[in-house]
Amino acid sequence: METLQLVPIYCGQPPAILERLTIRLEHAFGLRVERHNPTFDPEIAFDRTRSQYNSRLFLAQLLRDRPADAGRVLGLTGLDLFIPVLSYVFGEAQLNGRVAVVSTHRLDNQLYGLSPAPDLLFDRMCKESIHELGHTYNLVHCHDGTCVMASSTTVDAIDMKSEHFCDECRRLLESHELRRKNG
Amino acid sequence: MPEMNVIERDGGSSGQATILIVDDEFAVRDSLTHWFHKDGHIVHAAESATEALKMLQNHHIDVALLDIKMPGMDGMELQGRIHTIDPELAVIMITAFASVDTAIRALKQGAFDYVTKPIDPDELSHLVSKALEQNRLRKENTRLRDRMDDLVKPETIIGESAPIRKVLELINHVSKSDATVLILGASGTGKELIARAVHANSSRRYFPIVPVNCGALPNDLLESELFGHEKGAFTGAQQRRKGRLEMADGGTLFLDEIGAINPKTQVDLLRVLETKEFTRVGGSRPVRVDFRVICATNENLIQAVQDGRFREDFYYRINVFTIEAPSLRDRMSDVPLLAAHILGRLSLQMDKRMQGFTPEAMELLMEYGWPGNVRELGNAIERAMVVGSPPLIRAEDLPLRKSTDFARAAGSSLADVEKNHILDVLEREGWNITKAAETLKIDRVTVYNKIKKYGLGQAANH
Repeated sequence: METLQLVPIYCGQPPAILERLTIRLEHAFGLRVERHNPTFDPEIAFDRTRSQYNSRLFLAQLLRDRPADAGRVLGLTGLDLFIPVLSYVFGEAQLNGRVAVVSTHRLDNQLYGLSPAPDLLFDRMCKESIHELGHTYNLVHCHDGTCVMASSTTVDAIDMKSEHFCDECRRLLESHELRRKNG
Repeated sequence: MPEMNVIERDGGSSGQATILIVDDEFAVRDSLTHWFHKDGHIVHAAESATEALKMLQNHHIDVALLDIKMPGMDGMELQGRIHTIDPELAVIMITAFASVDTAIRALKQGAFDYVTKPIDPDELSHLVSKALEQNRLRKENTRLRDRMDDLVKPETIIGESAPIRKVLELINHVSKSDATVLILGASGTGKELIARAVHANSSRRYFPIVPVNCGALPNDLLESELFGHEKGAFTGAQQRRKGRLEMADGGTLFLDEIGAINPKTQVDLLRVLETKEFTRVGGSRPVRVDFRVICATNENLIQAVQDGRFREDFYYRINVFTIEAPSLRDRMSDVPLLAAHILGRLSLQMDKRMQGFTPEAMELLMEYGWPGNVRELGNAIERAMVVGSPPLIRAEDLPLRKSTDFARAAGSSLADVEKNHILDVLEREGWNITKAAETLKIDRVTVYNKIKKYGLGQAANH
């Protein structure tokens, strides 16, 4: 069974939450999830002018440090991520690649002046993790608004979709894996 | 940094578009390329305006994102160049500062919109979706207009003779304006076809052309037909009914046989033409309409004005631009073309594959006088199609006689001359006894007596 390395990077989430996330990810992709600590200093991705972390640099580090026998790698962070030119991202992934990163920073209701909602935050974290990992299976944004691969640039849009793949994305995901196994 | 693999999704997605990113900063190009790939779009990236212009020559682009500040040719100049090359390409400008001046300049130059760095992802997604939706709607609009143009295309006016070329020239000329047109010509010369051609070439072509045969309706009915009526306006008016004037709103009102309208309706119509406002029969609320008027008649309206049957003010109101439909006799060189066109149309309609005419049949068509004009030619060919057998129409299939035969049969006595003159008028008026009586300036009973006396009849003519 292929493995997924879950790498918390200043994640701020208790082990119980990471355990629940592990179960969700194993269920969604049929992977064995292992937890690993980062082998790089996250501050290398810090941009002083924006007070944010460059997600592209995180992806590059995760890819560089990925063990040769590892399958996919998902970085999970509580830091605020951006890519150059965009003001923020909830996460980023290598399309048809091996690495993805998700930030919980803007998924938290408290950022928007609302009361803490731990369950909602967890749901959003699961959806974004599955979404970004979906990109590593070469899935692009889906036009089905309920599919986890639907594009979401706001937390409201994340809340609107489910954490499941639509039939078409599920089919593409499975055929992608089949092609990989058959070489 | 390791290179990021980017491969398009199998088969692409339904909303896949091609996006061009032009920015001198690698990080911006790279980030946006990656961002749009995740949307399933095809992305081309250029680091300079020159490179972008080369890409535009080789690729179809749906949306372009241009950084305003670039070394060499800047984004504003590039936007201007792109607008000249492809005015329909949606261009979104990227600027480092929210400068109103720059934004206004870009929009004035035809840019779709602008965004400021760093770009809000939600705004970017929204803008690109909006630009793509606008592209889709524009293409759909073009497709629908092409389809509409096909649907509203009138039957072609056939002919290469000088008189018909003159008519086509006049149609082309007057179609561009909204002027009232008066089409003069004998019965069967294609006055309605000319009216439809004027309408189809005008800016009103996507609205209806509403024909009214003024001679076919008694005057009181004509009024209700034109103006519509309110419920209870007269016995039998059980509900409100829109008149032809309202139906023609936005389009063209074609008043055929305008000479048959009585003076009272002429006054009412004159008022409508002046004010573009009227009230329905039995109503009091004014209704505003906007239409173009095309009138047609086979009558001599100047004579009708002199006789007091037609109002002079109304005549001058409708006689703004005149087109004279030539009689077939005046364009006999068009007969072969017309005959072939009619034959082709009827062959399809009747599913009878007639290929053409024997030389004798064509000679007969060329020698005949055609008092009933193109309509008579059409009827003659239709009758020949019914009685004849493929592949060719023969002279004996045509319900015509040679003019030489006619001359021989005509004789030179006064009775012969009278008989032939009455026959000629009857044919010209389509055997409408009332009209024939008016033309001959005798009463209808006398016309019937003459027909009986000389043994005339439509069959006799054939």
